[in-house]
Amino acid sequence: MSLKLKALLKSPWVFHLSTGSCNNCDIETLDCLTPRFDVERFGILLAGSIKHADVLLVSGSCNRMSAEKLKTLYEQVPKPCLVVGIGTCTGSRGIFIDSYNCPVPLDKIIPVDAYIPGCPPKPEAIIAGVVKLIEKVGKG
Amino acid sequence: MGRSVIPIGPYHPLQEEPELFTLTVEGERIVEVDVRIGYNHRGIEKLSESKSFDNSTFVVERICGICSTSHPFAYVRAVEDIFPMEVPDRAKYIRTIIAEGERIHSHLLWLGLAGHFLGYNTVYMWAWKLREEILDVMEILSGNRNNYAMFTPGGVRRDIRPQDIPVVLAKIDSIVPTLEMLRDAILDDPVLHARLKGVGVLTKEKAIEFSALGPTSRASGVARDVRKDSPYGVYDRVDWKMIVTSNGDVFDKAVVRILEMFESIGIVRQCFEALPEGPINAGIESIPPGEGIGHIEAPRGETFHYVRSDGTNRAIRHKVRAPTFMNLPTYKATIVGETISDATIILASIDPCYCCTERMAVRNHRGRLLYDGEALVELSRAKTENLKRRMGRT
Repeated sequence: MSLKLKALLKSPWVFHLSTGSCNNCDIETLDCLTPRFDVERFGILLAGSIKHADVLLVSGSCNRMSAEKLKTLYEQVPKPCLVVGIGTCTGSRGIFIDSYNCPVPLDKIIPVDAYIPGCPPKPEAIIAGVVKLIEKVGKG
Repeated sequence: MGRSVIPIGPYHPLQEEPELFTLTVEGERIVEVDVRIGYNHRGIEKLSESKSFDNSTFVVERICGICSTSHPFAYVRAVEDIFPMEVPDRAKYIRTIIAEGERIHSHLLWLGLAGHFLGYNTVYMWAWKLREEILDVMEILSGNRNNYAMFTPGGVRRDIRPQDIPVVLAKIDSIVPTLEMLRDAILDDPVLHARLKGVGVLTKEKAIEFSALGPTSRASGVARDVRKDSPYGVYDRVDWKMIVTSNGDVFDKAVVRILEMFESIGIVRQCFEALPEGPINAGIESIPPGEGIGHIEAPRGETFHYVRSDGTNRAIRHKVRAPTFMNLPTYKATIVGETISDATIILASIDPCYCCTERMAVRNHRGRLLYDGEALVELSRAKTENLKRRMGRT
């Protein structure tokens, strides 16, 4: 494993992006940082700028306006970086699959490493998903 | 002095939703503000028109995760307004309990985020810790933390089990002392007084002029609340009072929201005491042609839904107006003249919810409507077909 990747897994800083979600996944993501779940125990911190981020937490079903912005933002993240899709919307677009403004799934826009399904996923599920991803990448 | 433009967003670490504010500043003073939204538009109204009346409740629930009771509540009231019908009493009580539970958790969420915006994370952590208890209550009652799926035209989908009621009441009782502590701590905090008092003042005249809704208007002394003015559910049968303050600054908006939580707790308790036995669903067989409106008081203000039916099992028109749509323009009155350091908290003070507000119309610069609803549908169908073809999905 490269030194960069090793350092990333030790204390992954996350940046959270909503690409047209209903807010629920975003709120549950923020919930993970608050006292009951407290992901800072695992060294996970919400980064203030995308240029400090190791993990991108993407929620929502990518509409036309945000898809372009998402591409730009992905280009700005220092690589290597991990992308986690939170919520059913990122995986299958869920209830919005027939919408005229949600043309493509997330993985057609940027590469995705893990999906956490649920509408919205519980904070426990989000934590479990991120921890599983870290374990998997750590093993190579 | 030269003007400069400061963009905030669309993906700003402080906002959990994407939206773009353009602040024009002269030195430290803000002279103009512009809001661009559209990063959250998912075509809810159109989606809802493609689903049956019963299934549409799930779509409108996902307009906004925090208002996941308000929108279905207003929607089912609009459907029930199409033809004369009576919702069973027990369903009305359950609806009121769920709506008030949502109000408590939404106000706590705002309180926490407001603390976060001020850089005062202690408030953020305390408020969100308390919010978890309310979410537990909602999970016991509905089976989910956020999207409750309790509403259906004619009643509710899920009954409250008698064995859950003492558990829920005990949980609510247990958070009241902490909530009182939080209230006193916030209302007495000199730091918050210094940051919030006299900041972003919305005068009563301006609140009326902009048709502000909900806590935004009640903090400015406009005593307007759908729950009092046009009672629905069982709000006319329980005892509660409308919280109105007069200053209109950010501090008063916080005060209104904090005190409203205690009123909501009172309403929930009274509803549990008076919960009658009986059916929970009127069992609507079919919906005749006609149109109906439904409006309820969401945590942020009045949510308004309009539904037109042609006698089939789908709505042929569904219109949504979220409270933020009316509250957003008040920025023009509150933020202009303030300093850039107060901008974030003033922008947050109306408890904005952009995913609720994402409706669409295309106009040219003279204000003429370029595309009406049908033209937009044609346009979007053609574009989706194009995209699918390009991606090889035929």
